[in-house]
Amino acid sequence: MSDNVIEVQNLTKRYDGVTVVKGISFAVARGEIFGLLGPNGAGKTTTILMLLGLSDISDGQARVLGRNPEREPLAVKRRVGYLPDQVGFYDNLTAADNLRYTARLIGLEREEREQHIKSSLAHVGLADVADKRVRTFSRGMRQRLGLAEILMKEAEIAILDEPTSGLDPQATTELLDIIRNLKNQGVTVLLSSHLLERVQSVCDRVALFNEGNIALIGTVAELGRQVLGGGFHVEVEAIGQGLAERLRTIPGVSAVEAVANNRLRLLADRDVRSDAAAVVVNAGGRLLRLSVDEPSLEAIYTRYFQSSGQQEGALHAA
Amino acid sequence: MRREGSPWQGLRVVFLKELSDHLGSWRMRVLEWLVVLTAIAAVYAAIQQIKEITAEDPFLFLRLFTRAGGPLPLVALLSFLVPLVAIGLGFDLINSEHNQRTLSRVLAQPIYRDALLLGKFLGALATIAISLVALWLLIIGLGLVLLGIPPGLEELARAFIFLLVTIVYAGVWLALALLFSILFRSAATAALITLGMWLFLTILWPLLSPALADALTPPGDVLGILSMRQAFARISPSSLFNEVVALVLDPSVRSTQQSMLAAMGLVLLERGAIPEAPIPLLQSLLVVWPQIVGLIAGSILLFVAGYILFQRQEVRA
Repeated sequence: MSDNVIEVQNLTKRYDGVTVVKGISFAVARGEIFGLLGPNGAGKTTTILMLLGLSDISDGQARVLGRNPEREPLAVKRRVGYLPDQVGFYDNLTAADNLRYTARLIGLEREEREQHIKSSLAHVGLADVADKRVRTFSRGMRQRLGLAEILMKEAEIAILDEPTSGLDPQATTELLDIIRNLKNQGVTVLLSSHLLERVQSVCDRVALFNEGNIALIGTVAELGRQVLGGGFHVEVEAIGQGLAERLRTIPGVSAVEAVANNRLRLLADRDVRSDAAAVVVNAGGRLLRLSVDEPSLEAIYTRYFQSSGQQEGALHAA
Repeated sequence: MRREGSPWQGLRVVFLKELSDHLGSWRMRVLEWLVVLTAIAAVYAAIQQIKEITAEDPFLFLRLFTRAGGPLPLVALLSFLVPLVAIGLGFDLINSEHNQRTLSRVLAQPIYRDALLLGKFLGALATIAISLVALWLLIIGLGLVLLGIPPGLEELARAFIFLLVTIVYAGVWLALALLFSILFRSAATAALITLGMWLFLTILWPLLSPALADALTPPGDVLGILSMRQAFARISPSSLFNEVVALVLDPSVRSTQQSMLAAMGLVLLERGAIPEAPIPLLQSLLVVWPQIVGLIAGSILLFVAGYILFQRQEVRA
């Protein structure tokens, strides 16, 4: 596949005999938001550093934009933007001056530089504090300044390490909006996080990390099916006779249970809402409400690591 | 494995940023005042003395640097002050990047670590060099005004070489401070340990090394003891610097042994025995060339040690 901007094969990292990344493989397609999720110390940051050529690769291969980050780090780093965990800036410089320094390191010409700095600061909502020293900035403002740096660089890939950790809910929402905007501009986003709830809403696909391995890869829905077993929970609120029996006949539905008066809960391997609606109407019932529970990443995660903790490798077999 | 691209990409940018940071910092304010006050104090004190002995000294101008009116002549003051300034500028060069969490962000830009490290070293060295040049010009200028006679060409040449050697001497201490700023994440620890090294090398080592040398040579062998003492003393960059400066600034000093005896307070005994005919600049330089090379090599070695450590260091905090 030529449209993969990041390809990782059997990537391994050893520190003093301890293997922290154990031969992981994944690929990120152009234009998607890919999440590396897992607890702290699972090897996410190490993986990111290897992709940027900032840490040596012990074994395996990584290609970023078709280049080897170990041999051609300059070419990779020119086209990839990186927002480190708890990004830092020079406190004694202003926001614009911090970006100016980076822009010079990248090698932007003066006019291009000023233009990029201005528009990227405006994009992340920091235009009015461009000439304030970073010392006074809050955590959220620093993170946004980091994203401005990536925008200024016109990076094709943005690698964000724990972009939302330590932010209040509003700052998190703002930051996720900017990340979605990055995607709309055609930037591929690779982000790592241990905060699942918020990240779920932006990621197209995720990889679950556990102790240096990638446990699962896929869309949140796919993972839900894999881990939570049934997959889709469709809730039907309807008035009618014998609806439960009729709904059970829909292909793909494995169980129907009554959760309350007139409320039925279907377990299915796909989204069966339209079929359920048809069944209810055909049976002469009155449909009051129909909803599907998106599988929550939180639930997947907790369930997965519970089960893998209890019976090692049960899911690898599955 | 070969890396693509030049290791020096971005060097100029880092250098200019470091330089402008230093020049705008509080440390620089302090440094400026030190420079001005040092110049005034040294020149004033020296001139008080020179006025009494003007008569037939052909190298009067150089006495501005070497004559002590007060407790210390300028050269001794500098051999003390320069390491302090270099350590003051260098002790947090790398660990501040760690502590401000800027290192990984900067290294994610298309530059190699080489450029960052060398840029920082050169930026700090340039800052010191600017201060030293200012100090040097101040002294020459004040000397011109207060003495009322222009320096000769050879005097200027000797004074200029003294300036260059002082910058190299600053480089040694800066490289040492840089090394410790890579080794220790805490800036305070790095500063304390570098200052400890400086105290050891400039104050304790001159006291300890003769004892060590005496213990290692058979008793009675006076020349042997002398050269052994000298060899041991030369481990300290300060004594190398003092040897070089003694010869470069005083044409009547003919050998480093003589300058060491002078440093030991035996100069009065010597003065009578050895004719004071000045030796030419080139001869002075030849005598101290090994010491100059030693200083340059020392700073390169320390820098390389820091370079290797920095290349192997993990970026993450």
